[in-house]
Amino acid sequence: MVFSKKQHTDKSFDAELDGLRARLLTLGGKVESEIAAGVKALIERDSKLAEDVIGADREVNRMEVEIDETCRRLLALRQPAASDLRFITTALKIVVDLERIGDLAVNVAERAIDLNQSPPLRPVHDLLKLAELCQKQVRAALDSFVDADAVKAELAIKDDALVDALYHTLFNELLGLMLEDSKNIRRATSLMFVAKHLERLADHATNVAEMVIFMVKGTDVRHPHSRGLA
Amino acid sequence: MMTETKFVTTMPPVRRAQHTTHEPATARTQAALPETEEPALPATVQAVQQKIEVQKLQAWFRNVHALRDVSLSVPKNTVLAIIGPSGCGKSTFVRCINRMHELVPGARQSGRILVDGKDLHARGVDPVDLRRRVGMVFQRPNPFPTLSIYDNVIAGLKLNGIGGNHQEIAERSLRQAALWDEVKDRLQSSALSLSGGQQQRLCIARALAVGPDVLLMDEPASALDPIATAKIEELIHELRQHLTIVIVTHNLQQAARVADSTAFFYMGELIEHGATEQIFTNPREPRTEDYVTGKFG
Repeated sequence: MVFSKKQHTDKSFDAELDGLRARLLTLGGKVESEIAAGVKALIERDSKLAEDVIGADREVNRMEVEIDETCRRLLALRQPAASDLRFITTALKIVVDLERIGDLAVNVAERAIDLNQSPPLRPVHDLLKLAELCQKQVRAALDSFVDADAVKAELAIKDDALVDALYHTLFNELLGLMLEDSKNIRRATSLMFVAKHLERLADHATNVAEMVIFMVKGTDVRHPHSRGLA
Repeated sequence: MMTETKFVTTMPPVRRAQHTTHEPATARTQAALPETEEPALPATVQAVQQKIEVQKLQAWFRNVHALRDVSLSVPKNTVLAIIGPSGCGKSTFVRCINRMHELVPGARQSGRILVDGKDLHARGVDPVDLRRRVGMVFQRPNPFPTLSIYDNVIAGLKLNGIGGNHQEIAERSLRQAALWDEVKDRLQSSALSLSGGQQQRLCIARALAVGPDVLLMDEPASALDPIATAKIEELIHELRQHLTIVIVTHNLQQAARVADSTAFFYMGELIEHGATEQIFTNPREPRTEDYVTGKFG
């Protein structure tokens, strides 16, 4: 296992790799703020903010395509090996997850707009907690990428269990609201979708963290059961 | 004397799909899929016939210590690529395998090299006969300039006093070297009438004519254009069905394309030896990592 911080003999390759890393971080930052704004729009019933989130996603999509192109160019022109190869192939994969996280933040914003059309349902505390956990997980996954830190990535993966547990609690809570009064069904269903989007978004953060471990250590930790490794 | 079959944990020979030029990485990927922390080693210990075994090889040119305690094995019908910066001992290493190193004045060596389990320096081993079994192709095509294409191919047969149907052997060797179709109508032309890439394949045909089972190639494509290079690489894929090949190359992508295993040498030391896939995706040694990612100097 090697992840060298040493410079390339050809410094322009370093500059290109640094540029790619910086673009990924910018993209990560954008989707992070999309999540925060989407959740805020929901909690504070701010449809204008929700519209902003939907609008901001165009930039995320554009950056995904641009990062893809950069990776393809580097693969073709630099024929990278070892940690460079792992970094670039990781970039190609996590850019998909990041873009998808952005899409899910947009889905949350769309649900917020929908929910804002009706009077608020009784406050669901766990939803805020779930949103915070999910954001934390996305940030942890991105941090592990920035620092090329497999230990941080492993922690981010562990956090997913908390997210899943909270999602199930929330699911039951919302189900209870529906059983209480059928007039709650529409809004509770919308909130269930929000919870599902958040839970799903954390799954994508897990994917990012798994790829970071591969990038740093060269070991693929995905699907150990399917591959007979666990 | 060593037994021919040993229990080892290096890569088994891998048969690969045919492809016009380079073969896709998948064939090799399946053979050496890194599922665990130890991608160079298969899950189970397998019996592999080692063609070449190098044990604690040291070599000197007078006071220059060119190889330091190098040990590695090459399974039969596999390709080993030797990579490393200039002066790291790559060429010296291959020149030890057919006892050419000892021809240099002031050259010394210690340690053992076994081919088919037999020590190269055992009593009764004739270096000339050894070089017939362990052929060599050099960086620059070196056909005999005054000889025809045909005479170049059979030169080794004549020199070694090997009988048999020379015409048949010449045709077979030229076919094996993928040159036959290009020269069959002008076998009596001068070897120098061929292009550089053709001359190199002629040299390979000449090496094959004497029936070697190991082929040492010291940067065989470094003086060739990309198309001629692709032909040599294609040829290596073909030849490995009958031969064991050790190729020295400065072109890392070439090593990645043709070799089953790759060894990285640095300042006379063997730094790392593993499945080519592992060396180029996940080397264990920082110095290998730096070299394959271009972080030297």
